[in-house]
Amino acid sequence: MNDAWRGFHKGAWQTEINVRDFILKNHIPYEGGESFLSGPTERTRRLMRHVESLSRREAQAGGVLDIDVSTVSSLTYYRPGYIDKADELIVGLQTDQPLRRGVHPFGGVRMVRSAVEAYGYKLSDKIESEFQFRTTHNDGVFRAYTDEMRVARSAGLITGLPDAYGRGRIIGDYRRAALYGVDRLIEQKKRDKAKVGEGEMDTESIRLSEELFQQIVFLKRLKEMAALYGLDISDPARNAREATQWLYFAYLGAIKEQNGAAMSLGRVSSFLDIYIERDIREGTLDESGAQELFDDFVIKLRLARILRTPEYNELFGGDPMWITEAVGGMTEDGGTLVSKSSFRILNTLYTLGLAPEPNLTVLWSKDLPEGFKRFCAKVSIDTDSIQYENDDLMRPIYGDDYAIACCVSAMEIGKRLQFFGARCNLPKLLLLAINGGYDCREKERIGPQTGPLRGERLNYDQVMERLRIYMPWLASLYVNALNIVHYMHDKYFYEKLQMALHDTDVKRFMAFGVAGLSVAADSLSAIRYATVAPIRDEEGYITGFLTAGEFPAFGNDDDRVDLIAAQLLKDFYDCLRQNKTYRGAEHTLSVLTITSNVVYGKKTGATPDGRAAGEPFAPGANPMHGREKNGALAALNSVAKLSYDVCRDGISNTFSIVPEALGHRESERQENLCAILDGYFAKGGQHLNVNVLRRETLQKAYEDPDAYPNLTIRVSGYAVNFRKLSREQQAEVIRRSFHEVV
Amino acid sequence: MPGRVSSLQSLGAADGPGVRFVIFLQGCPLRCPYCHNPETWEKDGGQTMEAGECLEKIRRARPYLSGGVTLSGGEPLWQAGFALELFQKLKAECFHTALDTSGCLEPPELGALLDVTDLVLLDIKRVNARDCRREFGLSLELPLRLLRRLEERHKPVWIRQVIVPGINDQEDELKALRKLAESFSCVKRLELLPFRKLCAPKYAALGLPFPYGDKDELRADRHRELQEKYGFIK
Repeated sequence: MNDAWRGFHKGAWQTEINVRDFILKNHIPYEGGESFLSGPTERTRRLMRHVESLSRREAQAGGVLDIDVSTVSSLTYYRPGYIDKADELIVGLQTDQPLRRGVHPFGGVRMVRSAVEAYGYKLSDKIESEFQFRTTHNDGVFRAYTDEMRVARSAGLITGLPDAYGRGRIIGDYRRAALYGVDRLIEQKKRDKAKVGEGEMDTESIRLSEELFQQIVFLKRLKEMAALYGLDISDPARNAREATQWLYFAYLGAIKEQNGAAMSLGRVSSFLDIYIERDIREGTLDESGAQELFDDFVIKLRLARILRTPEYNELFGGDPMWITEAVGGMTEDGGTLVSKSSFRILNTLYTLGLAPEPNLTVLWSKDLPEGFKRFCAKVSIDTDSIQYENDDLMRPIYGDDYAIACCVSAMEIGKRLQFFGARCNLPKLLLLAINGGYDCREKERIGPQTGPLRGERLNYDQVMERLRIYMPWLASLYVNALNIVHYMHDKYFYEKLQMALHDTDVKRFMAFGVAGLSVAADSLSAIRYATVAPIRDEEGYITGFLTAGEFPAFGNDDDRVDLIAAQLLKDFYDCLRQNKTYRGAEHTLSVLTITSNVVYGKKTGATPDGRAAGEPFAPGANPMHGREKNGALAALNSVAKLSYDVCRDGISNTFSIVPEALGHRESERQENLCAILDGYFAKGGQHLNVNVLRRETLQKAYEDPDAYPNLTIRVSGYAVNFRKLSREQQAEVIRRSFHEVV
Repeated sequence: MPGRVSSLQSLGAADGPGVRFVIFLQGCPLRCPYCHNPETWEKDGGQTMEAGECLEKIRRARPYLSGGVTLSGGEPLWQAGFALELFQKLKAECFHTALDTSGCLEPPELGALLDVTDLVLLDIKRVNARDCRREFGLSLELPLRLLRRLEERHKPVWIRQVIVPGINDQEDELKALRKLAESFSCVKRLELLPFRKLCAPKYAALGLPFPYGDKDELRADRHRELQEKYGFIK
C-alpha cells in the first residue's frame, strides 16, 4: 500500500478518482462542542501582523496595493512569493508579492486596461502589443452578440454577464491533488483522452479532445508551479501539512489562471480533517498545530485578490472572490459530516479576527450535532461572517459531496459545473411590458413593439397578458446571449486547470437569475389590489404611477402576493426552458443580486409599488425595506414559499436582527438563532445570511469608516468588509430592515 | 368571540422562553409613564380578528417556535374572553402559552384562563405600594393577589420590572423586589427590563406626550450589572 495512504480505510477511492468515497470511509464525525479548540500561536500572530499591515497599506493606496502590469497571470510566470518565508507553513501567492495583483487579459484586454488605468497604472507595451494579435473571450462574444443583445445589456435589462472577464462559478476538486498527487490525475486524463479518440470525431469529441490536451498541459504546469516553491506534488500528500499545501496549490493555480467572478473552494475542511486526525494519532501534530494549519491556509485565502474595474465593483461591491467553503452537512445515510475541522475553520474568525473571506457557508441540517449548531450560532452572533444553506433540501438532489459556488449555487464537486449567467431585471421587464417595448429611462425601443397600455388605471389581466409576450421574448434573448458567452469562454478562456480537476464527463448547469423580485411582485400586487393610475409623457408612454389604496406586500406571509412572486419565478423558468442551451446545459434560476440591487435600481424607473425611480431594489429574494409588518418569521415565510424546484441556482435571503431581539442572554440568543434556522429550513428556505447587529453600528461606521476597519457584514450571498462598499451600497445596507424588539 | 389585536409579531425572543409568536392585544386601563406601546392603549383601536385567524397565522410559524406563544398588549386581561378562547385553541395543539400581564384586572374568566396558561410574565410596576399607586394608579394588591393565586396553583411565573435610572434602580428598591420574588416558589425568574426610548416616535406620531421622554435610558452595561446582582433564574 502507498505510504501516503497509510492508516486509511480501503475503498473504491483507491482504484478510481473518488474523493467522496475516501471521505465516507475515513471521516471521523465530531458531536461535541468547541471547548477543544486552540487559540492562535505566536507564529500565527506574527504572520497576522504582516497581513494587517499589508491590508492597511492596501486601503491607504485606494483599495489596490500594487499591480504587475507586465506579466500575464498564469501558473508559472511569477517568481515564488512569500509573506514571511520563515514563518509560513503553507506557501504560495498569486504573484511574486503579497497583495500585488496580476492581470488576466484572456478574459478581455479592454477590461484589464481600464482596471489598470483606474488605479493609475498602465498596461505594459508588451502585453498591449501581444494582445493585438490574440482573440480574447471578450472579443469573441462581441463578434457574435446581436444588436438586440447589446441594447438589452446597455439598458440594464440583462446586466453583469461574464463577457469581459472569467465566468467563475466553477469549483475544481482541489482535494484530488492532495489525495492522489498530480501524476495520477495526469494519467487518468491521458486515459480519458485516448478513449475519446476511439469514438467518432464529431464537433463535441474534437472539442473535448483538445480540452483534455490542455488539461494535461496545465496539470503539468501545476507541478512546475509547486516546484518553484521547492515542492514536488507529483505524489499524494503524506501528512496534513502536505495535504493542505497540495490542495492550496491546486486552488492557487486556478486563481492564477482565471479571474472568474466567484472562485469558490469547495468542501475541504472535513477532507483535511482526515489527515489531521491521522497526524494526531501518529503523534506528529497537536491541536495547536492543527489550528495553525487552518490559520495559515486561511491567511493565504484572505490575501487572494483579483483586479477589477470600478464598474464591476458597483455590481459586486467590496472586492469579493467568493472563496466559498461549505462546512458541515450530513451524509446520505444520516451520519454527520461535521468534524473537529468544521470547528477549526470557523475558529479562524477568532484566531485571525474578522474577515469576509473565505465565504464560510454552513450546510445546515436539522440533524446536525447540537454542539456544532450552537457554535455556528455563536460565531454568527459574534462575527456576522457566516451564511447558512439548507442541506436537508439540497442533499437529496446533489448527494453528500456537493459544494456551493459563489453564494447559493450547489453542485457536486468535480462532477458538475455551471455556466454563470448573472441576472435580468424583473421590474424593468414589467415596465417594458407596460410600455409595450419602450424603455423610458434609456429612451430606447427594446423587444416587440406593442405600444403603451391604454386607460386611466392599470388592469391586472392586461398587464399579465403583456408579460406573457415580453417574458418569453426576454428568456429567449437571455438564453441566446448566454450561449454566446459560454461558447466563447470555452473557446478563448477555457478553465484548463479547474476542468482538469473535474471528471472528464462533466454535467453542466446554465444559471440564469432575476433581480428585483419583491419590487415586481409588490407592483403586480398593487395593480391587482390597489388603484394604479399611470402618469404619461406627451407621447403617451408611462413614466410613473399614482398608487392609491392598500395592497399586500411581499414579506408578510400573505399568500395574495407571495404566490404572485412564486408564480413569476415559475413562469420565467418555464420560458427559459423553452430555449436550447449551449452544450446541453440544464437551465437553472437564481434569486440573488450580490450588491447589484443598487445599480439595477438606479437603472429602473418608478414602479407601481411606490418605489421611486432610481431607488435600490431589495437584495436577493428579500422583501422591500420597511414593508414587513408582521415580524421576522412572517418575512422568512414569504421567502420560503419561493420554490427551490424552479430556482435550483439558489434563493438568497439576508436576515438582520438586533442582538436584543434574539433574547436577553448570550445562551438564549444562540438557542433562539438555532430555532430560527431550524424553522426556516423546515419551511423549505434554501439560504440565509445572518447579521446580528444594530443599525446604529452601521450608521457610525458609515460616518467614521476608519474607526471600524474590520466591521464585517453579510450582504446578498457573501460577507463583506463594510468599509469596502461604495457609499451608495453602504447607505442601502443601512436602510434595510433590522428586526427589533417590539 | 372576536378580539381587538394591535399587532402580531411573528418573532419574539424577549417575552418568555425560546422563539415565540407574540400577539399584542389592544386596550389597557393603565397609562404607565414609560409605556413602550402607546398605540395599544385605546380599547377600540387595532384590528378585529377571530382567535381562529390568529391561530392560523401562528401555525405557519410553528417550525420556528422553540418557545411558543405570548399574549401581550395592551393588557390581555382586558380581553380575557378572547384570550381564553385563543389559549384553549393553542393548548389543543400543544403550544406553550405565556400571558404577559400587569395583573391589574380580575376578569371572571381568569381562573379558566390560567388553566390554559403555561407561564405568566407578571409585571410588578413597583415593589412599594405607595409608589405603585402614585405613579401607575395601581393598587399593588392586585398583582400580589394574582401572584398568590399562581403560587397556589404552582403556575410558573417570571416577574419583570422596567428599570428607569433615578426612579427604581436604587439598591433598597431592587433588594425588596428580589425579596418579594424569592418569597414565592412559583417565581422562576426575576427579569429587570431596561427602560428604552425607542418608542418616542410612536408618541410623537400619536400626538401624545411621552411622560418619561426626559428620563435617561438604562445603559446596557448597567442593565447587565443590575440583572446579575438582583435578577435571578431558577
